[in-house]
Amino acid sequence: MSKAKKINLTLKVWRQKDQNEIGRFETHPVKGISTDMSFLEMLDHLNQQIIHAGGDPIAFDSDCREGICGSCSTTINGNPHGPDRETATCQLHMRRFEDGQTIVVEPFRARAFPVIRDISVDRSALDRIIAAGGFVSVSTGNAQDANAIPISKESSDLAFDAAACIGCGACVAACKNASAMLFTSAKISQLALLPQGAVEKDRRARNMVAQMDREKFGNCTNTGACEAACPKGITLENMARMNRQFTSAWLTARVR
Amino acid sequence: MLKLDSKIPGGPLEQKWDTHKFKIKLVNPANKRKYSVIVVGTGLAGASASASLAELGYQVKTFTSLDSPRRAHSIAAQGGINAAKNYPNDGDSVYRLFYDTIKGGDFRAREANVYRLAQVSNAIIDQCVAQGVPFARDYGGLLDNRSFGGAQVSRTFYARGQTGQQLLLGAYSALMRQVGLGTVKLFARREMLDLVVVDGAARGIVTRNMVTGEIESHVADAVILATGGYGNTFYLSTNAKGSNGSAIWKAYKKGAAFANPCFTQIHPTCIPVSGDHQSKLTLMSESLRNDGRVWVPKKEGDTRRPEQIPDEERDYYLERVYPSFGNLAPRDVSSRQAKFRVDEGRGVGETRMSVYLDFRDSIKRLGKDKITERYGNLFQMYEKITDENPYEVPMRIYPAVHYTMGGLWVDYNLMSNIPGLHVLGEANFSDHGANRLGASALMQGLADGYFVIPYTIGDYLAGSKLPKVDASHESFRAAENEARGRITKLLSVRGNKTVDELHRELGKVMWDYVGMSRNEAGLKKALTEIPRIRDEFWQNVRIPGEPNFMNQELEKAGRVADFLELGELMARDALHRTESCGGHFREESQTEDNEAKRDDEHFAYVGAWEFKGEGKVPEMSKEKLEFERIQLATRSYK
Ligand SMILES: Cc1cc2nc3c(=O)[nH]c(=O)nc-3n(C[C@H](O)[C@H](O)[C@H](O)COP(=O)(O)OP(=O)(O)OC[C@H]3O[C@@H](n4cnc5c(N)ncnc54)[C@H](O)[C@@H]3O)c2cc1C
Ligand code: FES
Repeated sequence: MSKAKKINLTLKVWRQKDQNEIGRFETHPVKGISTDMSFLEMLDHLNQQIIHAGGDPIAFDSDCREGICGSCSTTINGNPHGPDRETATCQLHMRRFEDGQTIVVEPFRARAFPVIRDISVDRSALDRIIAAGGFVSVSTGNAQDANAIPISKESSDLAFDAAACIGCGACVAACKNASAMLFTSAKISQLALLPQGAVEKDRRARNMVAQMDREKFGNCTNTGACEAACPKGITLENMARMNRQFTSAWLTARVR
Repeated sequence: MLKLDSKIPGGPLEQKWDTHKFKIKLVNPANKRKYSVIVVGTGLAGASASASLAELGYQVKTFTSLDSPRRAHSIAAQGGINAAKNYPNDGDSVYRLFYDTIKGGDFRAREANVYRLAQVSNAIIDQCVAQGVPFARDYGGLLDNRSFGGAQVSRTFYARGQTGQQLLLGAYSALMRQVGLGTVKLFARREMLDLVVVDGAARGIVTRNMVTGEIESHVADAVILATGGYGNTFYLSTNAKGSNGSAIWKAYKKGAAFANPCFTQIHPTCIPVSGDHQSKLTLMSESLRNDGRVWVPKKEGDTRRPEQIPDEERDYYLERVYPSFGNLAPRDVSSRQAKFRVDEGRGVGETRMSVYLDFRDSIKRLGKDKITERYGNLFQMYEKITDENPYEVPMRIYPAVHYTMGGLWVDYNLMSNIPGLHVLGEANFSDHGANRLGASALMQGLADGYFVIPYTIGDYLAGSKLPKVDASHESFRAAENEARGRITKLLSVRGNKTVDELHRELGKVMWDYVGMSRNEAGLKKALTEIPRIRDEFWQNVRIPGEPNFMNQELEKAGRVADFLELGELMARDALHRTESCGGHFREESQTEDNEAKRDDEHFAYVGAWEFKGEGKVPEMSKEKLEFERIQLATRSYK
């Protein structure tokens, strides 16, 4: 049966009107929060409170609220998506917090993710990395029978593990260099593991990494903070795979 | 009255699509780049259409209200996608998929559309595999299948519990490839506020830049809406927070017919409501019913813990009532049965408003690992939300609003009655009749986008003489002014209730009177309650902030204002259809054992509503459904 309790909290929330304004923290007490609420429902509750008091509610992104779309992007007490492992902000529940606790709520911070307003940031740089090569070049109507090429369950499972990335950008926000290596490597890895994607794997790796650099993401210094923050458990193994790939892409390019 | 010409090609069912593809006009390759197409929405339908049209050479402009096309709510689909591959050799075929879909829809869909859907289903799977979609495979390296409700064969392809995600990422990657090539111009965080019609043809849209507040006009030779369903009219649903009906509602108000608005799907397996703070409901995929058994205690008001209730005191009611389909009875049927059990006082959980979905037996039979492999992420999601471990205690589930079969009316070419306005995916009404079978929405979205619209839009473009138009045209000016005027009006109310509060009020009326079970008195009540809430909205809503910054309350307000009109149309449609069919259950029309009773003599038609002006009663036209191949029969899953 339900173990729900009511708790009171103090929220320190980042407020910033737009990209040009300098932001600041604003403090809000929130009372009577059910521990069954999700973190975003708690923010909804606070926003209702703010609107009734005549203020401007806090802007934050969310859509599916099921941990799959990658919209939500809140840094909670310094951790992208908060304290729980493999949990996006929208799936974090208030039972994880103590009565009387102070919670600091900020956007995902990275040079490549400018703040749009409050907690909402612009992550379109990640889309541009995909546009640079995160696909198989197959147009509609060109496909052979789906079972024509058997793929070992192992490769297919590994490819799936990499494909589970939701593109939220927590890895970037967690990295002290704001690197997008985990994100980029997950896509490179997924497609390289499958025969359909392997054909253009070198070109893909080169183009995606070049775009990543153009977008002003930092370099990877192997601290592993990205892996720890990832809500989908994308592992560093993908990065090792990408590095191998990238080196070989580079080598073959030179030989040619 | 509207003249609704479905444009169904002649000839035998099996050959209609091929004949049609041969007969329709083509745009020659060199001319394609002279045509521009606007696609609104980047879910499965919109992303697949954008990519495919750009590959053909059209100039495409694609819009999404989200920050990235990859976040469209198709991403949340869990269970799978159907196709008639018959890989398991269990007797599937195009005809069987067609038949199951027509029957599943309770004989309220067009034969020709559904047959085409079944025909192209196999090519969808091929296309997705070619894109690198990691579908589940067996140890031989071949694709695996599972079963879904309303089918007795295993035809559902899946990628763990994240099929929608993987399919959407496939379509998104195809779309982004075109963005990279410069053939698609992508507009994210843009909300369509109006459709622009010039000389009777759809020629563009007006949008709001959700970051800067700018109102912009976009011109094209044709417009495609792929904006998803309107289940959020109910406030609580399995849809995303941002899912909305505004784009199709605006098109309706510009003259597009709205077909079968009352056909709503209530999904039987969702996590029950836990309190007033609830912001949305979470689906537990139907695939769970492959291995989970649904039950309630036999005794009314039995408050023992589930494990203390011995088997002989449990009522596995789906297995009891529907011995041949059992736990895989279709959604509408299963939802109603759950409601009956709760109404009988046999519901479980603290609120007594849920039933059990129990994996005890399958864990015993297959082992915990197998269950984790099949449903791990769903079990995890359930535990995160409820704080209960479904490996140990049965899940508690209850029906929730999930999908809208109704939508804009389209002909066989997926074009609405406004020339040039095409509608794809959940936003149209076309293939699911009065009830959609599990794993068929993904199939339809991708069929529409990959394999239907690329052909049919060419026919439209090649066959019409479109005058040159730009954004300075008076129709664009007028639509922009109207959009600005509405924003000013919304912001100037400065009342006392929040948008969410008013939306919740609407949702409650919808759920109580236009929900799982409907009757005349309730629907009439809804028809007085909804306008009352709407009036209050326009007099008492409080929207803080300014128009020229990101303003999420303003975004929500615009959508809720539209839901407050759309909800009324849903109630009106439900009231007029006095039969029960599929997800539309009229208490006045049921059999002795409480099954939906159809009335083919009076209701074998699509009800398409036409906007007649603000404050005026809309008018309904009928498209009669002709069944050449299938015998209308009582739908039975017993
Ligand atoms: C939780 C859940 C699970 C499901 N599971 C399954 C399943 O297993 N199998 C299955 O077959 N079906 C399933 N469905 C149904 C299926 O996912 C949907 O019907 C389908 O994905 C809808 O796709 P779509 O492309 O029509 O729209 P969506 O994916 O909803 O996309 C809508 C797009 O339109 C955009 N948009 C909307 N309004 C505007 C506007 N005014 N301006 C600009 N852009 C706008 C949005 O930003 C988005 O890009 C599920 C649905 C849900 C909710
Ligand atoms: S809102 Fe979709 S992942 Fe959090």
